Amino acid sequence: MEIDLPFIWAGLIAFAVLAYVILDGFDLGLGILFPFMRTGGQRDVAMNTVAPVWDGNETWLVLGGGGLFAVFPLAYAVIMPALYAPIIAMLLGLIFRGVAFEFRWKTKENQWVWDWSFALGSLTAAFAQGITLGALVQGIEVANRGYAGGWWDWLTPFSILTGFAVVVGYALLGATWLIYKTEGALQQQAYGWAWTTGFGTVFLIGIVSMWTPFLDDVFMQRWFSFPAIIYSAPVPILVAAAAYSLLVGLKERHELRPFVSALALFVLCFVGLGIGFYPYIVPHSITIWDAAAPDSSLMFLLYGASVLIPLILAYTAYSYWVFRGKVREGDGYH
Amino acid sequence: MELPLAIDLARIQFAFTVSFHIIFPAFTIGLASYLAVLEALWLITGRQVFIDTFRYWIKIFAVTFAMGVVSGIVMSYQFGTNWSVFSDKTGPILGPLMGYEVLSAFFLEAGFLGVMLFGMDRVGKGLHFLATLLVAFGTFFSAFWILSVNSWMQTPAGYAINEVGQFVPADWWEIIFNPSFPYRLVHMVLAAYLTTAFVVGAVGAWHILKDSRNESARLMFSMAMWMAAIVAPIQIFAGDVHGLNTLEHQPAKIAAMEGHFETRKGAPLILFGLPNMETGKTDYAIEIPALGSYILTHHWDGEVKGLKAWPKEEWPYAPVLFWSFRIMVGIGLAMAALGFWSLYARLRGSLYEPGLLHRAAILMGPMGFVAVLAGWITTEMGRQPYTVYGLLKTVDSASPIDAPALAFSLAAFIVVYFAAFGAGVFYLFRIMAKPPTPNETGIPENHPTRAAGITATPPLRFPGESPKSGH
Repeated sequence: MEIDLPFIWAGLIAFAVLAYVILDGFDLGLGILFPFMRTGGQRDVAMNTVAPVWDGNETWLVLGGGGLFAVFPLAYAVIMPALYAPIIAMLLGLIFRGVAFEFRWKTKENQWVWDWSFALGSLTAAFAQGITLGALVQGIEVANRGYAGGWWDWLTPFSILTGFAVVVGYALLGATWLIYKTEGALQQQAYGWAWTTGFGTVFLIGIVSMWTPFLDDVFMQRWFSFPAIIYSAPVPILVAAAAYSLLVGLKERHELRPFVSALALFVLCFVGLGIGFYPYIVPHSITIWDAAAPDSSLMFLLYGASVLIPLILAYTAYSYWVFRGKVREGDGYH
Repeated sequence: MELPLAIDLARIQFAFTVSFHIIFPAFTIGLASYLAVLEALWLITGRQVFIDTFRYWIKIFAVTFAMGVVSGIVMSYQFGTNWSVFSDKTGPILGPLMGYEVLSAFFLEAGFLGVMLFGMDRVGKGLHFLATLLVAFGTFFSAFWILSVNSWMQTPAGYAINEVGQFVPADWWEIIFNPSFPYRLVHMVLAAYLTTAFVVGAVGAWHILKDSRNESARLMFSMAMWMAAIVAPIQIFAGDVHGLNTLEHQPAKIAAMEGHFETRKGAPLILFGLPNMETGKTDYAIEIPALGSYILTHHWDGEVKGLKAWPKEEWPYAPVLFWSFRIMVGIGLAMAALGFWSLYARLRGSLYEPGLLHRAAILMGPMGFVAVLAGWITTEMGRQPYTVYGLLKTVDSASPIDAPALAFSLAAFIVVYFAAFGAGVFYLFRIMAKPPTPNETGIPENHPTRAAGITATPPLRFPGESPKSGH
């Protein structure tokens, strides 16, 4: 039997991107919520909940980018120039918020500088990722194995909407993460933020979902024609269930349930996007098979990935386990 | 004045982001190993000074590593944003190598960094040491893969070209262990060790000058000077072998480095001069007859090719290469000289007596970085006008991005890098200016203000250490 390597790799890359979105999602979300926290103690606590794990989280982004280069070089070569401005903005945002993790503790009098660097960097990175998502969904113009569109193609009302949606969604992840990892006044505030951003996220998911089918016939058919609808219909139903679970979790003051529900929302949206994308990697011009490197490249990396990815998941889980439990004010890693 | 072309801006931008980036890993590769050695010595001997020194440097490691991570993420996207045609064509070969770098190195470093920085209390000594070791291995694996990638661009091997013009793998072993890779790997890893050693040595020297009885400062200085005395000469030898390998595979690069335009037997070694690309001559040359041939061919009358053996459009830019190479070599010789000087002082028993040696060591502190940058400028500009040597021209590698967009993003990178990393370097200097102290706090433990009884598992304490409060 012929193994469909591009298909396997599409799944692995999708997994890496999803891992990135949910893992870095909550720590970018903390950054987005940072300005709403009291200076000093609360911010220390919030940052310490992710300090030991943030760069592991971010490595999934490198795997997403590097993996795309490795297994779908054509897609990488088309998407990066097409989304030049949002990608550069994202990278610069990630610099500001990444260095803040260390620099913030190195100065008392200028701590506010790095607090803002953390907040605005996170906000910029999240918004740019949302724009990137929107621009991908609406499609990229390709000719002669290269990007053929204009400089501002990525900037549309739809991509701005997805930009906001990702910012609000990450803030929800951040808020529910704080509920899980903190206690006292900060946790109480986080419940409040989770309410607001929870409603915002569900609302924006709704708008984006209703808008998407009108962008392209392919989406329309996937979501509204028979028999495709049999496969796609469970997604919105499950989204509703996750939203309900979030609601109950917040209402009954569960600590872990809101976070898990928010993660579920993200996973489901991601699956929904996957249904819309497949089999394209650059909608709607390049399929995963068009973009794939030769099988020998895919196979070579697959050997390593099949050993190393489970290992990575295991030691990542170990690292979270080592730093399990509530983080309290005055506990300092720094 | 002519406006810069998009291709020049793309090159400047890549050079800028990669040059900034390499500074951090060059330091963390060495520092991770140094930390592992210190922790091992502490575990074996139980002496407080080792863990004090470990804690002193781990603060510096944390800041440097963060800057390495964020500047590295930029690199993984710069290939696509600036060199999309290159990415499409080389992705099937270089992509998997970088994929291995991410999977075997980046995740390993990032996964265990948290435990290394913050987890001593939580996991105990043995596992903590394992985490430190794994981070050190991670930095080495990272160097392994990325140098394989770079070396393949210099000396491509094991490839075929498919119908759409992509390089595709024919033999992975030949790709990974391409002809220049082993030499480049050794040369760069040694460079990283030396760079770190000279920073450590400078910090030790600085604090010896202030208080020559500071035990930790003495340890740093002594260990660094051993590295200088032993590794710097090895590096000079490794560099020479690497140079001969370059002569074999990229003779035009060597010609540019040496300022040779004419092909000659018994070619001189040009010590100093100004290579002139217009006239095809090295002006104001100060030369030693026949020594150039001897160094490069190991025969006094060996033939050495000059740049004129190739068409002019294939010449690497000799005025820069000639000097960047000399700066690197000069620093390498100075490093070895300092190492020998320290040996002499050690024999006389004056290694820790504040003096000229310590001032010289401080002066040499940042020189490893200069040498690393000069070396990379030499090898990368020497690859021009190609991205994949002899096969893919730089002008045919670029993204379809217009000059204004590149100019704008370049300006943004420059402003952000100088602001963010400038602040980082400032903080590093501030940490290094503080003397290492007995019972160094390092990154304070995890439960500093919590009474021991409350935690589920009592935090582990190390010998001679009492619970202390954070910040």
